[in-house]
This record gives sequence, C-alpha cells and structure tokens, in this order.
Amino acid sequence: MTNTSPVPTATARPAQEPVRPGLSIIMLDKKRRVRRRISKTLSWTVLVVLLLVTLFPFYWMLRTSFSTNGDLAANSGSLLPAHFSVNGWKRVLGLSTAKEALADGGSGASLDFRLYLRNSLVVATLTTVVQTSFSALAAYAFARLRWPGRDAIFFLFLTALMVPPIFTMLPNFILIRDLGLLNSYLGIVLPNLLMAPFSVFFLRQFFLGIPRELEEASRLDGAGYIRTFFSVILPISNAPITTLAILTYITSWNDYFWPLLVGKSESVRVLTVALGVFRSQTPQGSPDWAGLMAATLISALPIFILFAAMGRRVINSIGFSGLK
Amino acid sequence: MRKVKMAQPAPAAALRRTGRFSIARSRETRVALLFVAPAAIGFLTFTLVPAIRGFYYSFTDYNMFQPAQGVGLANYRKLVADPIFWNSLRVTLEYVVINIGIQTVVALGIAMLMHRLTKSMLVRGIILAPYLVANVIVALVWFWILDYQIGIGNQMLAALGIHRLAFFGDGALAIPTIALINVWRYMGYTALLLFAGLQMIPKDVYEAAALDGASEWKTFWRVTMPLLRPVLSLVLIVSIVGSFQTFDTVAVTTKGGPVNATRVIYFYIYDLAFNRYQFGYAATISVALFVILAGVTLIQLRMTRANQSDLS
Repeated sequence: MTNTSPVPTATARPAQEPVRPGLSIIMLDKKRRVRRRISKTLSWTVLVVLLLVTLFPFYWMLRTSFSTNGDLAANSGSLLPAHFSVNGWKRVLGLSTAKEALADGGSGASLDFRLYLRNSLVVATLTTVVQTSFSALAAYAFARLRWPGRDAIFFLFLTALMVPPIFTMLPNFILIRDLGLLNSYLGIVLPNLLMAPFSVFFLRQFFLGIPRELEEASRLDGAGYIRTFFSVILPISNAPITTLAILTYITSWNDYFWPLLVGKSESVRVLTVALGVFRSQTPQGSPDWAGLMAATLISALPIFILFAAMGRRVINSIGFSGLK
Repeated sequence: MRKVKMAQPAPAAALRRTGRFSIARSRETRVALLFVAPAAIGFLTFTLVPAIRGFYYSFTDYNMFQPAQGVGLANYRKLVADPIFWNSLRVTLEYVVINIGIQTVVALGIAMLMHRLTKSMLVRGIILAPYLVANVIVALVWFWILDYQIGIGNQMLAALGIHRLAFFGDGALAIPTIALINVWRYMGYTALLLFAGLQMIPKDVYEAAALDGASEWKTFWRVTMPLLRPVLSLVLIVSIVGSFQTFDTVAVTTKGGPVNATRVIYFYIYDLAFNRYQFGYAATISVALFVILAGVTLIQLRMTRANQSDLS
C-alpha cells in the first residue's frame, strides 16, 4: 500500500517553497480550512437531502391516511392532509359501516386490520420464540460439544443458505397441503419454526468466542452439559440472542411470499397478505388510497415501536455477522 | 477474548487418556444430539427433503391434484424453447443491473458521507428505516406516490412542466421504476454495512496518505476502495443474489405486466405453479434459477477474491 504514494515529492516540496516557508504554510493552512469547511457543508447538504428522500414517503403515508379520498383527487398536490379526516383509519380497523366506507371511497368489503394485526403478532412471535430457542440449542452443540459427524452436519446446514427459498417453498407447499395445514397458523410458521441456518450460524459464531474456562468451572462444580448451557452460557449470551430475535421478528413480520401461498383465508391472513388483497380492490376505479395508507401504517407501526425501543442493538448488529 | 481463545481445554485433554473419557464422551454426544434434534428435524423436513423433491418434480408433469408423472427431460427441453422464460431472465437481469448498480454507488456515497461527518445513531436510524418495513408496504407507498393521475410524483413532474409518466404502465419504465423503489428500500441498509467496513480501516493508513499529500479523490481510489474490497464484494454477492429473487414489489404493483415487461423469474415461477398449475415446469425453472445463482456466486467469488483482504 505505502509504496504507491509519492514519497519523494513529499520530501521535495519544502525545498521548492519560497523564502518564508512559515507564512505560506499558514496561508495554505487557512485556505485548506476554508475549503474543508465548504466541502463539509456540501457533504452535510447531500446527507440531509438523502435523509429527506428517505423520510418523505413515510410522511406521505401519514398525510394520505388522514385525508379523504375525494379530496385526495381534487387536492393531490397539497403537502398537508387534503381535508383532515380519520375515516380512513376507521375503515381499515373495521369501525365504520359498509355504507360509510362506500361514501368515503372505500370498497365496502369487510376489512379488519385488527384481525390481521393479531395474525401477524401470532405468526411473528411464535416463529421468533421457537426458532431462536432451537437455533440456540443447535448452535451450542455445533460450537462447543464434541460429537461424531458434527462438522459435516454443520456444513450441510450452511449449504441451506445457498438454496434460493423458492426452490424449497414449492415442495413445502405440497407438504403443508398434504398435512392439511393450509390456512392455519401452524402451516404458516412450520417451515421456519425449528431452525434458520442464519440463526444457527450467527449464534455459533458467538458461542465460539466464549472462554471455555467458564464452562469448565461450571462442569467442575458438578453441573451437567445441559445445566451448564442454561445457567452459564445463556445468561451471558443475552445480547446476541436478543439481537437475533429482533432481526427474526422483523423478517417474519415482513414476510410475504410464504403466507401468500398458505395463508390466504381471512382468519389467518397476516398484514402483508392483507395489504396485497386490499390493494387489488379498486372500488371506484382506483384503490382506496386513504384507507390503504392507514393500513400500511398499521402494518409498519409495531416494527417502528420495536425499533424505537431496541434500535441501537439492531443498528450495531449490522456489520459482517449481520449480513442477512 | 482473544487471549482466552488460544488457551487449550486442558481437562479435556487429560480426560482423553483415561477410561472416564468414553463415558463422558458418550454423555456429551447424547446431549449434543438432543440439542441438535429439533433443528435437524426442521432442516430435514423443510429444507433437505423438499430440495430433493423439488429436483424430482422438475422431471415430472404435475398439476398438484393428480400424482406426478415422470416425463424425463421434457420440461428442460420446454425451458430452452420457452420465449417467456428467456424474457423473464432478460427482465430479471435488467432489474438486477439497474438495482445493484445504482444501489451500490448511492450506498457507498452515504457510507462515505457518514464516515466523514457523523456517527449519530439518529442518522443511522433514519437511513435504516426503509429496510425495516415490508417490501409490500414500500411497494404500495411508491405505487401511490407515482400514481399517474394524482400521485405527488407525477404532480411534481407536471408542475415542472414535464409530462406525466406512467411509471408502472409503460413497459419501458416499469422495471427501472421497480428497481429504483428497491434502491430506496435497501440503500440505507447497504450503506450501514459499508459504513461498518469503513470503520474497520485503520486510521493510520489515512494519516499516511494525508502525509504523502494524496488528494481526497486519490485517497478514495488508492486507499479506501482496495481496503474496502472484501466487504464490498461480500455485500455485492449477497445483494445480487437477493436482487435476482425479487418478487414482492412486482406482485403488489404490476403483477408481471404490462404484457411481460415485469415478469421477473421469481414471479414467473409463482405464476406457473399457482395460477396455471404447471408445478413440474415451475420446479424446472427453480432448478434453473438455483444454477444461475450458484454460478453468479462462484464467478463473483473468483473475480473479487472476496475471502482475501488487502489489509495485512
């Protein structure tokens, strides 16, 4: 690296300076400071613009959700809600009658985002709790216990990361159908319930870094492998497990493809699938935008709350191990 | 941490030479099998066996209702001659090139800006926000913003005196539009990954460059890029593989249209299997996708030597 840079010029430069090198260095310094300040201001401007581009669509969801459909069309350019109203929210929460909904440009079809919210909560919570637990157990066995075939099986687990999900989803659909689990919570969660290769990999990586002395001390105290895991390893692994759980929760919450295949019926419909259905209803030639944006906010809100509470962990987890 | 890792488990070594070893070992194996069992069952049932079944279905004619009929290589022959398949591949490639090209440059820019200006958690939080919400939500918001008649995007175009654009209805615009929407969703996340990579570059390399009087531009190309390369190539591999599998945005906006302009490969597979019940043929295209992705990964690993760093 170092051999590419112009070492000779750096030493030669002072010799070329005029009589009073001290002053010119000060002036150069000042000039450089001004230039640096300008470039810093410019950089901040670009960054702020990028942040605004990032934030604008979220604001637009909010603004649209508090408008009425009629006024959205008439007043589509205004930055504030076009005729402030909470009817969009009432509509998607199933709190307004079909007649009111139709009058406001809704479809009048039954919409109950409270139900879809509950379904998403059930699916994401179940997936996160069970998947993280079983992945942690497996990760520990791969990281710290010695047993025949360990490395070969771990390698096999890792290859699963390479398989495009759709490759296994088609046959899994047949399997879930044959088990009679279409349109059930179990059918939606089952393929991801028992493990995720990424989770096993992520936690194994962490367990490998725990000093062995801790386990040995516990074993000398007479604790078995199982007790050592639960009373020594788990407590100190709190942070990575929580991080992983948050990431799993978000992934599960946002999943669309699989629930679309197996969970179409209303009783188990999760938010993402419900949004897709809602979008294809076009009551008066165009979708019920106000209602749709209220619905997207309802779907995004729990994740934002989670993020507000635990955001630091999520942000810090995004590095190399966090490639997901 | 590092110091401890090097310490060898002495008691285990001592055990190995005694008779107690085998007893301890078998107990350890039993516990390990108990711990691995749920994950292994999940892996077998929902990954390994389905992968084999998927491969098997690719050689059959199967409509999901009658038992699968073996047809040998017929599906593969059909695939080679299927213009919609080749079109979907072309559309997917176009999507990947636009999406990854712009996303990588923008993300690198954001990462450099943050590296230079701030470590603020708020900035990082905002930049990450689009990545946290579902693809479906992102697609719908932009579908609304870019609505032909009353979307704010088209309102702005009209206000600027440019004519309105049918972002999703125009065959030439639909894929770039969808690609850019996903740039918006993933640029912050990618930027944070690259930002983490930038933070790992030791400060003294920059000090040396500054001492040598290297300009910022030169420092970027001669110092930052080479040292960031391992991270960048890893990020590229993951995002390209992900980009090839785009589905959600298409599914809630254009549904493959207009005509076949946005029928990306993932959507084509879905459409074949669940709307036309050509399950065997859909499995064949999945195999093709699998092969393509494996190829892309291998080529990239070769080209970028992702596992090697210039540091050291």
